[in-house]
This record gives sequence, structure tokens and C-alpha cells, in this order.
Amino acid sequence: MTTTTSDSDYQSLVFDYKRCADQDASRPVRHPVVIVGAGPVGLSVAIDLAQQGEQVVLLDDDDRLSNGSRAICFAKRTLEIFDRLGCGRPMVDKGVVWNLGKVFFRSEPVYSFNLLPEAGHQRPAFINLQQYYVEGYLLDRARQLPNLEIRWKNKIVGLSQDGKSVDLEVETPDGNYRLSCDWLVAADGARSAIRGFLGQTSSGQTFRDRFLIADVKMAADFPAERWFWFDPPFHPNQSVLLHQQPDGVWRIDFQLGWDADPVAERRPDKVIPRVQALLGREAKFDLEWVSIYTFSCLRMEKFRHGRVLFAGDSAHGVSPFGARGANSGVQDADNLSWKLRLVLQGLSPEELLDTYDSERVQAADENILNSTRSTDFITPKNEASHSFRNATLELAKDCEFARRLVNSGRLSLPSTYSDSPLNTPDADSFSGPEIPGAPALDAPLRRAGEDTWLLSHIGNVFAGIYFNDGRELHPELTKALRSLSDDRLRVSVSILEPKGSPALEATGLKFFEDVEGLAAKRYDAQPGTFYLFRPDQHVCARWRHFDVASIRAALARATFQA
Amino acid sequence: MLKIEPNIADFDGFYEALVGLHRNLTPEQSQLVNSKLILLLANHIGDRVVLDQAIAKAVQGVKPAGHENTISAVV
Repeated sequence: MTTTTSDSDYQSLVFDYKRCADQDASRPVRHPVVIVGAGPVGLSVAIDLAQQGEQVVLLDDDDRLSNGSRAICFAKRTLEIFDRLGCGRPMVDKGVVWNLGKVFFRSEPVYSFNLLPEAGHQRPAFINLQQYYVEGYLLDRARQLPNLEIRWKNKIVGLSQDGKSVDLEVETPDGNYRLSCDWLVAADGARSAIRGFLGQTSSGQTFRDRFLIADVKMAADFPAERWFWFDPPFHPNQSVLLHQQPDGVWRIDFQLGWDADPVAERRPDKVIPRVQALLGREAKFDLEWVSIYTFSCLRMEKFRHGRVLFAGDSAHGVSPFGARGANSGVQDADNLSWKLRLVLQGLSPEELLDTYDSERVQAADENILNSTRSTDFITPKNEASHSFRNATLELAKDCEFARRLVNSGRLSLPSTYSDSPLNTPDADSFSGPEIPGAPALDAPLRRAGEDTWLLSHIGNVFAGIYFNDGRELHPELTKALRSLSDDRLRVSVSILEPKGSPALEATGLKFFEDVEGLAAKRYDAQPGTFYLFRPDQHVCARWRHFDVASIRAALARATFQA
Repeated sequence: MLKIEPNIADFDGFYEALVGLHRNLTPEQSQLVNSKLILLLANHIGDRVVLDQAIAKAVQGVKPAGHENTISAVV
């Protein structure tokens, strides 16, 4: 039976296999969309589509959530996506917020960095949270959606597609059954079986190094910071990472080198002395989770194969330095869901899904590039790169330029889809980062006396923000703004007023006060500026003056109706 | 543009200082000192075009006889 969902036992939950009606159907039942894999990526796609009104079937070959902490660093952009999916808050409440990273070389500190130099964002730069919590909160959210059906212990054992549908053979504890779907999302992880059924591969390079993850539970007074040692006295010639998770759990990541024995190194009698070397012989701790890993940077050539869409680790893999695995997978989900919804609703042709491929392949390449560079610094490939690495760390003590070269992981930032065919290029002059294709930046707002955040009011559907000057809107403008929300492709319009403006209201429009002027600043906006956002909160187009015809043209372009 | 025409006032003195830097150093120490020197000079130059030209010039005529320490992976 399904046990209760309390705060700390997500890891021990076992989900019932339940026989479903499809298994007794005389012919394969057809579903609009089937998602394979109930990890962070599959759950995100399932929730996103379901909360946008689609019927979703999610299959998982197991009956448990993540075993072990696994991914622990969740970036600001990912938390904003989880907010849009309705489950960001419990994650941030439970997670350990951290901003400060310190780098040590041998026994000396050489460099520290602060991730959040800027106030006025709802979410922190990063939280640390065990993957089983992230999956648990996603699952809690998924269970609130009646049109999202999860089938545990349902394993895909056969797949074919003919351009019109995808046909699946599913293995369950009481036999196999068939089903078919319009679209299949393969979020079935690094060893994706679906990739194999399609005869596809993911390729790249494997690094000659091994790492030990020892997650330990202890009462320690280390601060909530990311500490990274190169060649420390307690673990000579290798690197060590220490990072705090909730519930008094600490991630310790030891570089072991290529010659380490992956079986022996997992044994407690080998792991405990390594941890004691760091914490001291008297330290009291319990081993929570131990894992030995090597890693690869790889990706599939294409993420769309007909009616099958690959997302997360099935599509691409990176080294763990920089927290780019789970974060980029959730960002895949964010990019894919709205496009799939428009195609399912017949509002866009299926070619829109090719932009999922092009935008997320670009993002995967960015992540692979960054994590490969970090890996080259952390695990030097030859004597010369080892020497440059040590030279950089020695110089970093008193040379500012060398600190910029120190690379213990360039932490995950979202991609800007600057070359996307969905963007309408600027016709007017703007400065700043919010170019078409960029993820929206947050800002504090106020509405009807209540504090709120910009990102809470855009997303799921196309959204428009009109920057007003505090005066009453011209009736013609009000009518035109309102007309956008009546279109088949509904645009949710918000009006931002400058700080200190009187609260205005008009039916069908939402008014906000830009309480600190940060929205106008971050978007380089002047009175009259209009931003159009995609349902995944990326900038689609922007203008200095409101013009309905231009907005409709940009919408047509972003939905492949042009 | 990378200068390859003479640009140092006292060539013999500079060469003596460069070689003298490595007196009494082990090969490993020498490599570390050379690495620091390259990083310091590179940051001083700053210009990526010049740095890339120097990188290309330095490796010109060297036929790689080592091996890449990564394994290509296909899953």
C-alpha cells in the first residue's frame, strides 16, 4: 500500500502497482501523450501538460522515488519553473539556501565567490535539496491533477512509430499490454531504453577519473557554503567537495583517480577513513548514501525523432561540476511542454517541436562546454594542464586575474535562445540582457496592497507586459490590450505602473506597481514599452510602442502559424 | 597582431634571467614556474587575438606524439 507522505520519508515510499483499464481493452487504447520516467524531468513535463489541460499518462518501470540524494543543487531558474508548476515553495522552504563558495588549495583558502550579488528576486541563486525531496514534492503536485495518471511498474519493452502514432508494448507484474499515443516523451534517464528501441545513441567522451560520493549525516557547525579543496592535506593530489543538504546531511565528493577500485572504494571500511581524514577521528557521522561514479559528456544528435521526444539525461549527459544535469533536464521540460500542448490542441503544426530540438540542443552544448571546461580544470588530463592548474591556484592567492581562471564548476545558468526562429528580432533599440530568447528576470511588484513577484504573473500561456506611465489608459488602448486575451491564443496582459502610482483597475487587465522600479530597470522599459513572453517565460518579442498587429505577427511566428 | 620582430631591449640579459629562473629547480618545479610565467604574461597581454596567434605559433611544427586522455563514449 502507499504509505503516508510525511516530510522526511519520500525515500521509503513504495507505490502500488494497479491494474488499469487499458490492460483489459480489446485493442490498444490511444492516448494523446505518454511520458516515460517519473524522475524530475518526466514529472515536470507531466505536471506542466496536465495543468495546461492535457490528459497525461506517466509510466515508470519502478515503484519508488530516487534512491539516494543524487542531484542536490537546484538553480534559481529551475526553482522558478517549479514555482510555475505549483511546487516551488515547499522545495525552497525545505532546501538549504547557499550563496557563498570557497576554494582551497592545499591548506589555504585561495578564492571565494558570492552567487547572489543582486536583491529583488523571489528565489535564491541555488538551494541544495536531495533529489528524493524534489521528486516527492513534484509527485505531491502531480497527485493534485486528476488528468494525470501515473502507472508504476509499467516498463516499455517494445516501441514502433509510423508517423501517425507511437505504439508501445508495456510489461507489468501481471503481464504485457499494448497502448498507443500521439506523442511520447522519453524521460527515461541516461540509459534510456527508448533510445535503444529507436536505434539511436548518445555520444561524446568519458573522463578517466573516478569519484566517491559519501553523503553523511552529522551534527556539524560548518556554514551553508560550498567548499572545494584542490590537493588538500587530508586527501592529497585529489579534489574534495563539501556541501550541505537538509536534515543534517552533507555531500562529500572525493576525487579518487582512474586507478581506484570502484567496488572496494564503496565499502564502509574504505569510505569511513576518508571521511574521518576530513572531519577528524572523533567526528560522529552516519553514512547515508555512498556511490562511485565516472562521468561522460554526451548527447543525442537530435532530441526529436518523429513522435518521440527525448528530455533530460536520455538526451544529454554532463559531468556533475556545475549542477547542470537535473537543472537542464527540468529546463528541457519547461521548453517542451507548451509546444507539445499547442500541437496537441491543433494550435500549432508539429514543426514547432523541431524548435524544442534546436533550442535545447543549443542549451545542451552550452552545458557540455561549461562542464567539460570545469572537468579539465578539476581533473587535469596531462602534466602540463596539471601544472597550469596548480600555477593558477598559487597565483590566485594574490593575483585577481588568476581567481577568474579557477574553475571548480561554473554553476548552471539558463540558456538564452538568441537564434531561435520563434523570436521576433528587435525593431526598436533596447539595452540590457532581456533580448528575445532570454529567460524573464524577476522583480518585486505590488498589487492591491499585496507584495508579489513578476514571475508569478507570467507563464503557462503567452503573456504581455505593458509599461504604463501612471496615467489612465486611453480607452482605445484598453480595448486593444483586452482584445489580446480574447484571441484563440490567449495572451494574459499585465500593466506595470511606475512606483507610487495610484492603483488603477480595468476589467480584464491586471495592474501592478513596479514598487522598486526594478522591472523597468531590468527590462530597459520606458512608458509605452511592451514585452511579449512565451509560456515558458522566455522573451518572445518587445517594442517601444504598443501595436496589436505587431504582437499578433510575433505570436504567429512563435507558434509557427506564419 | 603578434610581434615577431625584435622587441626586447637587452636580449642576452633577458635570456639569462629566463634560464636563471630554473637554476636549482626540479623539472616539476620548472614546469610550475613556466606555467605561472605564461599565465602572468597572457593576462598582461590580454588581447585574445594576439594570445591565439602566440598559441598557434608555439605549436607550429610540433607533431603530436602523445595521446588524448579521454575515452570516446557511445551509449
